[in-house]
Amino acid sequence: MIPELGQLALLLALAAALIQGTLPLVGAARNRADWMALARPAAQVQCVLVAFAFACLASAFVRNDFSVLYVAEHSNTSLPLAYRIAGVWGGHEGSLLLWLLMLCGWMLALARFSRSIPAPVVARILAVMGLIGAGFLLFMLVTSNPFERIVPVPPNGNDLNPLLQDPGMVVHPPMLYMGYVGFSVAFAFAIAALLGGDLSAQWARWMRPWTTAAWCFLTLGIMLGSLWAYYVLGWGGWWFWDPVENASFMPWLAGTALIHSLAVTDKRGAFKSWTVLLAIVAFSLSLLGTFIVRSGVLSSVHAFATDPKRGVFILSFLVIVIGGSLLLYAWRAPKVGLGARFEMVSRESMLLVNNVLFVVAMLSVLLGTLYPLLLDALDLGKISVGPPYFDTVFLPLMAPVLFLLGIGPLARWKQAELPALAKRLRWAAGVAVLATLAAALVAGRITLGAAFGVLMSVWIVASIATDLAHRLRPIGPAPVSLWTRIQTLPRPLLGMMLAHVGVAVFAFGVSMVRTYEVERDVKMQTGDTTEVAGYVFTLRGLRNVKGPNYDAVQAVVDVRRNGTPVALMHPEKRTYRVQGTALTDAAIDRDIARDLYVSLGEPVEGGAWIVRIYVKPFVDWIWGGCLLMALGGALAASDRRYRAKQASEATSPITATLATGASA
Amino acid sequence: MRRLLVALWICLLAAHAGANEAAPASADPALEARVMRIAAELRCLVCQNQTLADSHAGLALDLREQMRVMLREGADDDQVRRFMTDRYGDFVLYRPPLKATTLALWFGPLALLVGGLAVLFVVLRRRNRLGTEHFEPEEIDTTNEGLTT
Amino acid sequence: MKRWHLVVPLVLFVLLAAFLWRGLRLDPREVPSPLVDKPAPAFSLTRLDDASRTVRRDDMLGKVWLLNVWASWCEACRTEHPTLVSFAKSGTVPIVGLNYKDTRTEGLGWLARFGDPYAMSLFDEKGRVGIDFGVYGVPETFVIDKQGVVRFKLIGPLTPELIATKIQPLLKSLGDA
Repeated sequence: MIPELGQLALLLALAAALIQGTLPLVGAARNRADWMALARPAAQVQCVLVAFAFACLASAFVRNDFSVLYVAEHSNTSLPLAYRIAGVWGGHEGSLLLWLLMLCGWMLALARFSRSIPAPVVARILAVMGLIGAGFLLFMLVTSNPFERIVPVPPNGNDLNPLLQDPGMVVHPPMLYMGYVGFSVAFAFAIAALLGGDLSAQWARWMRPWTTAAWCFLTLGIMLGSLWAYYVLGWGGWWFWDPVENASFMPWLAGTALIHSLAVTDKRGAFKSWTVLLAIVAFSLSLLGTFIVRSGVLSSVHAFATDPKRGVFILSFLVIVIGGSLLLYAWRAPKVGLGARFEMVSRESMLLVNNVLFVVAMLSVLLGTLYPLLLDALDLGKISVGPPYFDTVFLPLMAPVLFLLGIGPLARWKQAELPALAKRLRWAAGVAVLATLAAALVAGRITLGAAFGVLMSVWIVASIATDLAHRLRPIGPAPVSLWTRIQTLPRPLLGMMLAHVGVAVFAFGVSMVRTYEVERDVKMQTGDTTEVAGYVFTLRGLRNVKGPNYDAVQAVVDVRRNGTPVALMHPEKRTYRVQGTALTDAAIDRDIARDLYVSLGEPVEGGAWIVRIYVKPFVDWIWGGCLLMALGGALAASDRRYRAKQASEATSPITATLATGASA
Repeated sequence: MRRLLVALWICLLAAHAGANEAAPASADPALEARVMRIAAELRCLVCQNQTLADSHAGLALDLREQMRVMLREGADDDQVRRFMTDRYGDFVLYRPPLKATTLALWFGPLALLVGGLAVLFVVLRRRNRLGTEHFEPEEIDTTNEGLTT
Repeated sequence: MKRWHLVVPLVLFVLLAAFLWRGLRLDPREVPSPLVDKPAPAFSLTRLDDASRTVRRDDMLGKVWLLNVWASWCEACRTEHPTLVSFAKSGTVPIVGLNYKDTRTEGLGWLARFGDPYAMSLFDEKGRVGIDFGVYGVPETFVIDKQGVVRFKLIGPLTPELIATKIQPLLKSLGDA
């Protein structure tokens, strides 16, 4: 009964979405206030219905209703509750419902927090989002119905893939989808602007917090995915340039270009049509990602079970949405005002160089990801494009980005003088060089990559410190306290600094781990020890452990440094009972300066086990840096300037919920 | 004195007897490192989304063993790779070979970068040559950020 | 600024969509064989049923033949086996089996239970010959001509349809050569 209600809800939601997607659009074109006013309530109705459908599916999982095919495929009575709920998005059909739920979240937030935006614009934006929702609902109802029944009802389900039975499964997809779907808001803004012909600076200002918020979620989503892969896959890798990973990274690269381009458009009114194009591209890449993951066109560990009918549907959807929006762009990207003037050397031009670099990086990732398909389609053979290619191509592209990061924020708008800049940054450059030499000394050896990593990260932080010192310097006859001065700094500025520090932290972590990571594979019996990078690992014993739905062999590993105990680690080799699959559960001891990573390999004769030991310096800085980036973005998006209303309204201060949106 | 030293030596040995140094997982760690280094850039054909170094598939184990044998007999990295491509094609290489068909792949990014920067330069210069009447008036931002540095 | 540059993104997207459309019909997991139109790798293996008799690649010169890679532990081989058995009965072409990474007892037992379509089966215990033939998944079937050159490789189970559309026409053209 409940699954059928869920299906009905989806059908009704489709109707609401279609109404939301058509009447307000016509209303905005014809200036009919009553039709435009339909947008918000239609969105709300759609959201309630989708949320209800989601709740129906979730309840089927929680109640172990195996008469629903999707539940039977992805769940089991022995599956812990948290993973039964996360299992809702463990497969193709349910993940689409999650996508829709996120879309509804953003629609509701937009409906709620858009009082300062004129009615026709809001109507158009919600209409565009409604049409996207309608497309996904149609896709679900026609090819991917999660509420399909199975007869006869199996006694138990297939269980969720053991790799997915992890807290990562609870947070990573929702965060990621919040990001993907969040770019639909920027997309909708762009389409609304093209349709209405309104590309004033106001438009960029409205769009900025939404775009930044979406970018924050995507940053967190990608970070969580990488972190999860790191601790679950057993060999400490954290990025594989897998097609599905690239599918999430490309919108991020386009999104980063977009938030920087929006800065130019917002501040100076310049490059509006470029910003519009980027907004279309960012969301198009999100949709392309959806296609890649579900169509079977590229082979990936992440790909859902494929079905050519689904591939055709999504591709058609892509052609309509992306093709349509690019057609609209070609037709309507008007020769609107060029905005304000700026010199060849200025903050604007540096931001545009940033844009070129990020867009080229995104195109390079796209090229590498799709090239095998390209050659195969042209009957030119079958090749593979993997990490060696991407590392060779991507890292050099990011080098100038890191360097510019230290200069751009200090450059003046409109006109920057290079000699003055160089003078201001002398100290920062000097500190960076010294730090690199110090690192080389402390570590004993250094590679080009590590040197560059240290140089750039310290350069960025020192540049930010220079900027901060200048802004916080006491001025005037009656100097105020430092804290007061800090508080006068605008949030977008602090957010930017924090996010850029995050980039520096990230770059440092990556270069340290890649250069100084140590790995040791040994055969260990109980009592054996081995020394890795100054840490002494001793296998104290092995025991059998029973988990809720798995059996495991657990090793107890004692770690000491200079005689003092550091950690007691428990790597496991699990066998999940339902599917019979084996999984390595690595033991990780985290510290700000390094991770100790121990995983069990295979048992060998004599009761010994192969044990893999890694010492990874500063690896947590990779995810720490991403977190700082996201926090910086959230800080910037929460600026009261965006919440400033037109003269009249004195609505209650909208808090940082604007930035975090309808959180996952 | 001599007896004391001998006794001390025996004590040290005894103390060490309980703590055995674990043997490396492979018989020849240096060779193994070479095998893994080459295998890390090869694709497992069974799993297809793992490198030959990381995969536990039967074929991966066989191929790594084959590589060990070849390296021990003095083959160099290129010969090992050619062995693989002779049997499995270029698909097995994660680093695509530079061929006529992959020129666009390897030089594309550089071409895009040079092209992109060139276009930006030209656009900016052309923009700057326009008279003031083409531009919108300065928008003075009255909130904190402003036009200052 | 001229307007034509605004069409560039659209044009690029249309090209991309065309490739993705084509891609829906392709299988990204299928690995084509670099051995096609090259001489079959040399091998020297003992027969599955008789360890004292050795068969070499060159023993097969002068006739067109099929090499079918199979194993007793392989599920898909079970699926294609009836097709193979009936094809062998038609006597069109000799089928030589390559028993891949198996044991003699299990291999022979499997043939006894499910039928033996092979003129003979060769015992590739370690899978070394399989590697030389670029085998990565069982079952696989090769068509080798009178000069010992590999003409065709099929990955996956044989079906009557595949025999009719791919194998028969090829055999016809090779038989006349």
